[in-house]
Amino acid sequence: MIRSVLIAATLAAVPFAAMAGAPRRDAILSDYATQASQANPGFSGFSAQRGELLFRTRWAGGDERTPSCTACHTDRPQGPGRNAKTGRPIEPVAVSVNPKRFTDMAEVEKHFSRDCKSVLGRPCTPLEKGDYVTFMAGQ
Amino acid sequence: MRSKLPLAAAILLFAAPLRAEEKSVPAIADPLVRQECGSCHMAFQPVFLPARSWNRIMDELANHFGEDASLPPDKAQRIRAYLTANAGDAAGGGWARRYMRWVAESGTPLRITANPAFERKHRLPDAVWKDPKVVTKSNCPACHTQAEKGWFDDD
Ligand code: HEC
Ligand code: HEC
Ligand code: HEC
Repeated sequence: MIRSVLIAATLAAVPFAAMAGAPRRDAILSDYATQASQANPGFSGFSAQRGELLFRTRWAGGDERTPSCTACHTDRPQGPGRNAKTGRPIEPVAVSVNPKRFTDMAEVEKHFSRDCKSVLGRPCTPLEKGDYVTFMAGQ
Repeated sequence: MRSKLPLAAAILLFAAPLRAEEKSVPAIADPLVRQECGSCHMAFQPVFLPARSWNRIMDELANHFGEDASLPPDKAQRIRAYLTANAGDAAGGGWARRYMRWVAESGTPLRITANPAFERKHRLPDAVWKDPKVVTKSNCPACHTQAEKGWFDDD
C-alpha cells in the first residue's frame, strides 16, 4: 500500500516538474496560432510532425555551415548541441530534459529570427514556429 | 577538455610561466555584456582589441561575421561603453600591451585570433584545430577551460 502510494506520487511528480513552464509555453503557442490564422484562415492547428520535418530537413539558401537546425541542435534534441559556427556548447532543446525551453517570448523570437535566417535564408512563418515548438514540447 | 584535447593539454603544460600579475586578463564585469556577447561564442575580454575596433564591431552588428547580431539601441549603447572603456588601449599592461603592440595606430582589426600575439602562442598541430570540439580558433573555452574568467594559463 505505502509502496504503491509512493510510486503514484513519483509518477505524478515527473510530469508536474516538466510542466512548470507549460503555461508560458502555451501562451507563446496561442500567440503563434493567432498569427497563423491571420496569415491563413484555413489554419487548423500545429503539427509536431511538420515541426520535426522543419528540424531535420537540409535546406538550401542559408549559411553553408548550417544547412539544418540539426547542425547546431544535433539529431537528438534531448542531447547537448554545439554551435557549428563558433563551437560553443548549447543546452538540449527538448522540453522533457530542459523544461525552461520556449518560455520567454523575446528569447524565442530572437532565436527564430537568427536561426531561420541562418538555416533557411529567410524568416520562419508563424506556422513553422508553432510546429517547431509543438514538436520540441513533445520531445 | 584535458582528455579530449591531449595535444593542447600537453603543450599547455610546457608553456613558459608568466609573472603572476600577467597571468590573467580582467573578466567581464557587466552581466549584460556577458549575456548578449556570450550567446553565440564566449564573450571576449575587451583587452584583446583597441577601443576603435569595438566601436567598429558595435557599428556593424547587423552584419557580424555573417550573422545578424543586432541589439536594441539602449543595450548596444551600454555594451559599447563597457567594451571601449576596458579596451586594450585603455587598459594597458599585461596581455593588453602585448596585443596592442601589433595593432596599427589607426587600425581597426575585427579578429583577436588574427593578432600576431595570438598566432605566436597558437602554433599548434593541425590535429588540435581539427578536433570536433574546437570548430574555430575563436572557441577559447574549448582549450582554456577558465577562459571566461580571464585565465588562459592553464597549468
Ligand atoms: C548556428 C547554430 C544554430 C542553428 C543552425 C540553429 N540554432 Fe536554434 N539556437 C542556437 C543557439 C546558440 C540558441 C540559444 C542557446 C540556448 O538557448 O541554449 C538557440 C536557441 C533556439 C531557440 C530558443 C529556445 C528557447 O529556449 O527559447 C529556438 C526557438 C531555436 N533555437 C530554433 C531553431 C530552429 C527552428 C532552427 C532551424 C531552422 C535552429 N534553431 C537552428 C543555435 C542554432
Ligand atoms: C548571433 C551570434 C553572435 C552574437 C550574438 C555575437 N557574435 Fe561575435 N561572432 C559570431 C560569429 C559566428 C563569429 C565568427 C567566429 C569564427 O569564425 O571564429 C564571431 C566573432 C567575433 C569576434 C572575433 C573573434 C576572433 O576570431 O578573434 C569578436 C571580437 C566578436 N565576435 C565580438 C562580439 C561582440 C562584442 C558581441 C556582442 C555585441 C558579439 N560578438 C555577439 C557570432 C556572434
Ligand atoms: C585549440 C586550442 C586553443 C584555442 C581554441 C585557444 N587557445 Fe589559447 N592557447 C592554447 C595553447 C595550447 C596555449 C599555450 C601555448 C604556449 O604558451 O606556447 C595557449 C596560450 C594562450 C595564451 C597565453 C597564455 C600564457 O599564459 O602564456 C593566451 C593569452 C591565449 N591562449 C588566449 C586565447 C584566446 C583569447 C583564445 C580565443 C580567442 C584562445 N586562446 C583559443 C590553446 C588554445
